[in-house]
Order: sequence, then C-alpha cells, then structure tokens
Amino acid sequence: MEIDAARMVGAGLAAIGMIGAGIGVGNVWASYITAIGRNPAAKDDIGASIWIGFAVTEAIALFALIVGLIVLFG
Amino acid sequence: MAASPMEQFNVYTVMDLPPVFGLDLSVTNATVFMVLNLVLLVGVFALTTSRVRLIPDRRQVIAETIYEMIAGMVRTNAGKKGMPYFPFVFSLFVFLLISNVTGMIPGWFTVTSHIAVTFALAAFIFIGVTIIGFVQHGLGYLRMFMPHGAPWWTGFILIPVEIVSYLSRPISLSVRLFANMTVGHVLLKVIAGFAVVMGVLGIFPVAFLLALTVLELFVAVLQAYIFAILTCIYLHDALSLH
Repeated sequence: MEIDAARMVGAGLAAIGMIGAGIGVGNVWASYITAIGRNPAAKDDIGASIWIGFAVTEAIALFALIVGLIVLFG
Repeated sequence: MAASPMEQFNVYTVMDLPPVFGLDLSVTNATVFMVLNLVLLVGVFALTTSRVRLIPDRRQVIAETIYEMIAGMVRTNAGKKGMPYFPFVFSLFVFLLISNVTGMIPGWFTVTSHIAVTFALAAFIFIGVTIIGFVQHGLGYLRMFMPHGAPWWTGFILIPVEIVSYLSRPISLSVRLFANMTVGHVLLKVIAGFAVVMGVLGIFPVAFLLALTVLELFVAVLQAYIFAILTCIYLHDALSLH
C-alpha cells in the first residue's frame, strides 16, 4: 500500500521537470516574436529554425512525462 | 464501460507464424496497420502522379507541394551535399506523415505511438549518419566532439558533454515522436471519458474534444516535419562537420 502511495508521489515529482520545459518553450517563442518585431523581413529565415528550437526544448518535458509513466505503469 | 486510456495501444497477434531463428515473426495488428498505411501511401502517390504533365492538374499539385517542401528543407538544412539523401528524407517524411495522420482516425492503430517503431527508425538514422560521417572525413570526424575555436583545455569538459549529446540523439529523436503521439491519444481518451460520465453536460467535453482533435492533427504533421528536419541537420553535421 505504501509502495502505491510512493508511486503516485513519485509520478507527481517527475512532473516538476515540466517547469523547466515550460519556461524554455515560452522563451523560444518570446524570442521569435521579438525577432520578428525587430526585423519582419527575416520571418521566413527564422521560421524554419524556430521549430528545431521548439522541438529540442519540448523533448525535455516529454522525458519528464516518460519518467512519470514508467513510475506509474512500469 | 470506461476502458483504460492505455488500452488502445495494445498489440495482439492476428496470425501466428512459426518463429524464425528464435524471433517471433507473427503478424500483429501493428503489422496489419503499417501495411495498410503503406498501401494508402503508395495509392495516394500513384493516383497523384499517374499522368505527370508540365502544367500540373489539381491532383499533381498535391504531390508536387510535398516534394518541393522536402526538397527545400533538405537544401537549406543539409546543404547541396545533402541532396543525394533527399529520397530517403522524403520517404521518411511521407511515411511518418501518413502514420501520424491516419492514427487520428478512430479505431485506426497509431503505428508511431510505439517506441519500437520510432526507435528503430531513429537508430538506423543514427548509425547511417555516423557511417556517412566516417566515410566522408575518416577519423577526422572525431573533431566533431571538439567545438571549433574553443581553447584546448576546455576539451576536458566539452568532449564528454558533446559525446553524451551525440549519443542521446537517437533517444531524443524517437522519444519525441513516440511521446507526442501517445500523449495525444491518451488525452483524447481521457476527455472522451469525461463526456461519458457527465450526461447532458457532456456536450462541453465533446466540444473541447473537437478543438483537441484539430490540435492533434497539427501535432501529427508537425512531428513528422520535425523528425525529417532533425534528420537533415544530423546529415549536415556528418557531411560538413558543423
């Protein structure tokens, strides 16, 4: 029974990792909007690479999620 | 009534086949749906490019748009030297696109929601790119682990970090796709569960579900695109040593 409880607490703790990814993804898009605001002509050039930055940052949140899922169901 | 949200990912055997060299090669529902995806994919491209003309008709434009988009992506991200690998990136993209998008059809098995599938793809890309790097540069490819222009003594920290980051590429590439697909489908199932228990008020979860489905379709296309674009970037690293 205590193991079940600890498992739930552990999954909740794993979700803390999402904080960093949330800040990171917010930062990525904020910089993107700032960059376009300063130089609208560069929109197409930045547009392709923004997705890479977004994907790499978002992966951190997904790693936290996988840890959570492994703790819960694994 | 309300089944577990994980139930939709169950793999079960459809047709038993005798093991070959100790490997279980039975046909599962995952196999069946992957073959269906491929048939669909070949069908779409056979239909859209059956009568190729200089001035494209409406069907041909569909195929040309995807072709142009991926060709542009390979050219800008992998460079001119990366163009020989364009057919591979194109097949990879359209396969992931059709697998992700058909996964949104209710009852259709999402092939890419299994890490076995995505990790197999990512591992082959990783091994292939490493081989290309060593063929192109010989042992000079190892310079990749020491960023250009950094003082030599920072190598004690930088080289281990770069090696770890290089080795984690196939993991992050496969986990990103698999986790996005799995989470999307679990979320849809959980919200649908709310709609069942809430009675008349269940109209609100259903409306939310509708918006979420649109988002998931966007994510399906985006993840296929990101997988392909990261493949191009890894190729670029191997071809011209960033």
